[in-house]
Amino acid sequence: MLDAAIIEKLKAIVGPGNVLTSKVDLVTYSYDATADVPHQMPDVVVLPNSSEEVSQIICLARTSGTAIYPRGSGTNLSGGTIPLKKGIVLSFQRMNAIVEIDAANLTAVVQPGVVIQALNNAVAPFGLIYPPDPGTVTTASMGGSVAENSGGLRGLKYGVTKHYVMGMEVVLANGEKVRFGGKTVKNVTAYDFSNLFVGSEGTLGVVTEITVKLIPAPKYRRTMMGVFRTIEDAGNSVAGIIKAQVIPATLEIMDQMTIRTVEDFAKVGLPVDAKALLLIEVDGMSDEVVAREAEAVMGVVKENNGELKIASSDAERDQLWTARRNALPALASLNNTVVLEDATVPRSRITDMLVACENIGKKYDLTLGTFGHAGDGNLHPTILCDKYNKEEIARVHQAVDEIFEAALGFGGTLSGEHGIGIAKMKYLGNELGQSGLNLMRSVKEALDPDYLLNPGKMVPLKEV
Amino acid sequence: MSANKKHEATIYDDLQAVREELDKCMKCGNCMAVCPVYITDKVESGVTRAKIAVAQAVLDGELELDDPQVYSMLFNCLVCKSCMQNCPTKVNFDRIMLALRAALVRKNGLHWLKKMIFSTLRNPKLFDAGMKVGASLQGIAFRGVKAQKAIAPRSPFAMVGSAIGFDNNRLMPELAVTPLRERVPEVIRVAQPQAKVVFFTGDSLNYFYPDAGMDLVEVLVANNVEVHVPRDQSCCGVPVLVHGDVETVRELARRNIDAMERTGADYLITGCGSCGGAWKHDYTDVLSSDPVYAPKAAYWAERTYDVSTFLTKVISFKKPTGNVEATVTYHDSCHLKKTMKVFNEPREILKSIPGVEFKEMSQPDACCGSGGSYVLSHYETSSAIGRRKAEDINKTGAEVVSTGCPACMMQLLDNVNRFGNKQKTTHYISLLAESYRSEKETVDR
Repeated sequence: MLDAAIIEKLKAIVGPGNVLTSKVDLVTYSYDATADVPHQMPDVVVLPNSSEEVSQIICLARTSGTAIYPRGSGTNLSGGTIPLKKGIVLSFQRMNAIVEIDAANLTAVVQPGVVIQALNNAVAPFGLIYPPDPGTVTTASMGGSVAENSGGLRGLKYGVTKHYVMGMEVVLANGEKVRFGGKTVKNVTAYDFSNLFVGSEGTLGVVTEITVKLIPAPKYRRTMMGVFRTIEDAGNSVAGIIKAQVIPATLEIMDQMTIRTVEDFAKVGLPVDAKALLLIEVDGMSDEVVAREAEAVMGVVKENNGELKIASSDAERDQLWTARRNALPALASLNNTVVLEDATVPRSRITDMLVACENIGKKYDLTLGTFGHAGDGNLHPTILCDKYNKEEIARVHQAVDEIFEAALGFGGTLSGEHGIGIAKMKYLGNELGQSGLNLMRSVKEALDPDYLLNPGKMVPLKEV
Repeated sequence: MSANKKHEATIYDDLQAVREELDKCMKCGNCMAVCPVYITDKVESGVTRAKIAVAQAVLDGELELDDPQVYSMLFNCLVCKSCMQNCPTKVNFDRIMLALRAALVRKNGLHWLKKMIFSTLRNPKLFDAGMKVGASLQGIAFRGVKAQKAIAPRSPFAMVGSAIGFDNNRLMPELAVTPLRERVPEVIRVAQPQAKVVFFTGDSLNYFYPDAGMDLVEVLVANNVEVHVPRDQSCCGVPVLVHGDVETVRELARRNIDAMERTGADYLITGCGSCGGAWKHDYTDVLSSDPVYAPKAAYWAERTYDVSTFLTKVISFKKPTGNVEATVTYHDSCHLKKTMKVFNEPREILKSIPGVEFKEMSQPDACCGSGGSYVLSHYETSSAIGRRKAEDINKTGAEVVSTGCPACMMQLLDNVNRFGNKQKTTHYISLLAESYRSEKETVDR
């Protein structure tokens, strides 16, 4: 329990209405969107309004050695915001102003609590977009997605969050505010701090303002779907499309288990005997180029024995997307717990990884469906299980271990976009080795020697 | 609902029966994108997934249901069902919320004030008498605002009431001195009717918007429909259900079913999303274990239509030819769209009226913030939600804002007065009635 005097000081900093201490409020900050991780209530939730307040809160926490857990909307999938060591949840929900939209420089400056979609809505009248589009784009905060380096469906062509962060303001663990980067396209001044803090999951500093890059919204697009009798045909199509020098905005894959579940759930007319399905969207600024790219994609799909469906209107596009949009909800409807992974492999190993996931599911007798971003190798093997069945949960854990082993075996990585958090911390050594773990610890301790910021995530706490 | 089938007790009788429903929630947070309370308060306890987490904590014994904080959180919800439209795993959150409130009532009983109000609802004559006394006395506490056929609090009452929004600027509809059901005969017969319907008026149309109720009857009659308006019908019970008083709802439901049955009508027509939702869903739900009334509730559930659906889908309504010169926008009442799934039909009707220029507002189905008594208990949040709605209405440039639910009409009236351009608020059916009337006048002339 925190000293009452500290609570009073917090109230003095942010105002009493922005300090939550009732048990009900603490319960509501004890979880995030991650299944199968421990939940913990903080001692207090603080909702700051400015970077100055954040700095004062961190200084106050330092004096009592209180843990600080920065939090955006709490939609992450790696246990990144759960306050394992209690202490203070620093929630940015109310620090949500769009500070500036600079259409001439194609930049925007936002506070961390801005919801990604809100930024997109605000820049739309200028004909601009902020491309990173995680599945939670309508709810996730900019601060959270920067901390997690979120990806999304457009990653293949447009990149991920780190490609759009040009500068930021960060409050460090010692309470100092620091600003770096800015509106210039080129900037090699000092270390590349933006890329250090993007994806640091709130373990190195607290991001209080972000300058991001915007791009002109693509004007034309073509959407199609390829249905395949074998996973190999689908995998070869993915490779073939890239080889034909087409970079689609979206190149999504669903396995048979997912196809059947979606069809059962949403009745969209998917062929349930198909082994895999690709949803492909090409876009660009010129109708002619987009049409040419679509032709090339169709050629590749046909060459690989795929059956094509092409959207000729917005309504038909929407229909094709319905299948993909329903992938997670449909799978989730099968049981009470959804273990959603994001193991990622080089694009050329997609087929191998899909087969491996299917076999692991069978080996451990689990309900497992895989869908994901085939174009960038980022797959979502999804296990549906019963949280009240301990024996089954044990099998889930073994299966997850093997999924990561397989991904690393194919030259891939533990996490493409969900982050490490609590959920994947124990696997870090398998990918980075001891020297990599040492480097993680050195960086953490250089910036946060007392483990005040998001302790227990990414870098294990030191044994006392 | 699956929870109902597996357990003998309904979710209104045993809180444990909602656990399966709670477990469907992944905590993904998609509800945050649409929850009007969360969007306003920007704190986790406002949003659906948080309320589910708290309910789970209650079932696990970590929190007490009657903890004042739990209580206040449970009632900080409009039961607008917006979250349910955005929920990937289709959690029936409205049932969860009502089950929790019912459990609270079982545990602690009803608050004395609610008990007093709800018991008068069980006694329609007493309630009716009370509403009439209210109508005759409203001049003491409220001043009339003639242009809007509305009332606003007079100053001493306004000072006391300003905490819950009863300040000088608060506009509410006038309480009708002669309620709707006393203005129309119990049966309006037409020669060779194409259908026989019973109009379930609900209390809001009866006492607050009898003119809209009259318009509804007029439209049905103009379409050669025989209309029954039984005097012995009562409140639909939704205002009571949302406070967890399931027993009163059951009693009202049985009485209303009896009243409808006696008319021998083929269809039941409503002009209020909440009333319609009660007939289509709530009655079958609360009466599911009643051997006599469960089949009757199911019978009427299949024959209940919002008047717009009846006009466009059941019969083919007479195309209006009378001119109504107005730019009109339409607000989707939560219970009409999200419970009854009615949203195209009122637009079809509005667009069919000559002279009406229809302008869609941004997010027409965003909650207006009324939530029945929510507007009284959480005025500040309700008003912030209403303000966003008023601003969306302003952007359309429309001079008339129409909707299909009297509770929304009240909320819109207050908020376009405060934050809007004092647009006229109306039930969409009144615009159709106006068109029919103007056509008649033209012919008469």
